[in-house]
Amino acid sequence: MISSFTRIKGFYPTLWLFGILVLCLHFVSAQGENIPASAKDSVVLTGRHASQLEKPFDAGEMIMEHILDSHEWHIANIGHTHISIPLPVILYADGDIHIFSSGRFHHGELAYNGFKLETEGKNKGKIVKVLDDGITPDESAALPTDFSITKNVMSLFISVALLMFLFISIANSYSRRKDHAPKGIQSLLEPIIMFIRDDIARPSIGEKRYGRYMPYLLTIFFFIFLNNLMGLIPFFPGGANLTGNIAVTMVLALFTFIITSFSGNKAYWTHIVNAPGVPWWLKLPVPLMPIVEIVGVITKPFVLMVRLFANMTAGHIILLGFMSLIFIFGNMSIGLGLSVTPVSVGFALFMSLLELLVAFIQAYVFTLLSAIYFGMASEEHAH
Amino acid sequence: MSVLSLLLQVSTDLAPIAKMGAGIGAGIAAIGAGIGIGQIGKGALESIARQPESVGDIRSNMIVAAALIEGVAFFAIVVCLLILFLK
Repeated sequence: MISSFTRIKGFYPTLWLFGILVLCLHFVSAQGENIPASAKDSVVLTGRHASQLEKPFDAGEMIMEHILDSHEWHIANIGHTHISIPLPVILYADGDIHIFSSGRFHHGELAYNGFKLETEGKNKGKIVKVLDDGITPDESAALPTDFSITKNVMSLFISVALLMFLFISIANSYSRRKDHAPKGIQSLLEPIIMFIRDDIARPSIGEKRYGRYMPYLLTIFFFIFLNNLMGLIPFFPGGANLTGNIAVTMVLALFTFIITSFSGNKAYWTHIVNAPGVPWWLKLPVPLMPIVEIVGVITKPFVLMVRLFANMTAGHIILLGFMSLIFIFGNMSIGLGLSVTPVSVGFALFMSLLELLVAFIQAYVFTLLSAIYFGMASEEHAH
Repeated sequence: MSVLSLLLQVSTDLAPIAKMGAGIGAGIAAIGAGIGIGQIGKGALESIARQPESVGDIRSNMIVAAALIEGVAFFAIVVCLLILFLK
């Protein structure tokens, strides 16, 4: 059976990718033992880690920490030991490239190589330059350009590797089993691919032109769906809120916007700049109608971006909020904490099921609206 | 006098009122989404009752319309979150 896997066309490259991911696990370290003695014994404890042992549970901060991106992948807290994977930091400042592990920052307590991870203030969570004393951030300098592999980037690599493995497998299955019934992963993904072709692409774009857009539509549907699902898994390698990052959804909406603009034919642009049937005084001295139409062109991808981002982020906030209820009540009294646990877990289970549905619906709506925009941009004049 | 000083404090220190505004905005957004999706559901149920064999088509269209309306409600939520978390 292994030999049938090695005959898959993209097998060895994807094996390399998985090997690199496994190598990253080598960086797992129990962070609690690595703090040097000076940081632990000093009277003024800065940074989050040392003071976290005494602080009461802060729901807002815990939720924000799970929603936002970070330079390490936190896996678990066993007792007081903080287990996480420190991800590489890649900075470009003053013409120099600095690459090092984010473990050197020790959660924002130590400065390394002239840089420091800010934990409070207006640059919270970002890497800033420090002055020569190694502690105070350099207020006048610009922030270094940050190309780091953060948690979201790592999750992107993992989900892309998974997507490539799945689809290269079924592409090879299709070419090898040409006149046979589908088998294996083919049977799982074929109904979904047919659904996208027959219920999203064909009705929206039309029989003659839908083939050009199918690769893009399939890609964004499965990308968004897989990343939404992986965001719902609470442990590694899931749990990174990738589609809840507005930069990622902005790039997806930007792709849709670019493809829509490039596939616009003459009728489409005529409708925007010089809409037929609109009286001339709305267009000539002050081009009101063109401005309204151009705002419409910009708004549609913008709405796509915000819809996906807000749905995913809100879902995560709700789930984390229900789980935080247990700890908030537990801080007041142990009895209250125990009694609110079944209610909280029940609500969180219900919300998780709803989030599964929302994961699919958001991928479907993004793909459907992209297909509708492509169809509108390239349709023949059919009044 | 204490009432006057209370009014002075309320009218000059406006940050808590901004947070209250964000809360009220989120509530109104929820009301809007509830009314909108409720009307979609009503229309969908009535059409299914009139023609039970088109359940599949009606269901997909209902879900698409609900997702679009939720998108608008989430706009309002994002604005309220921005009020809360930016200075």
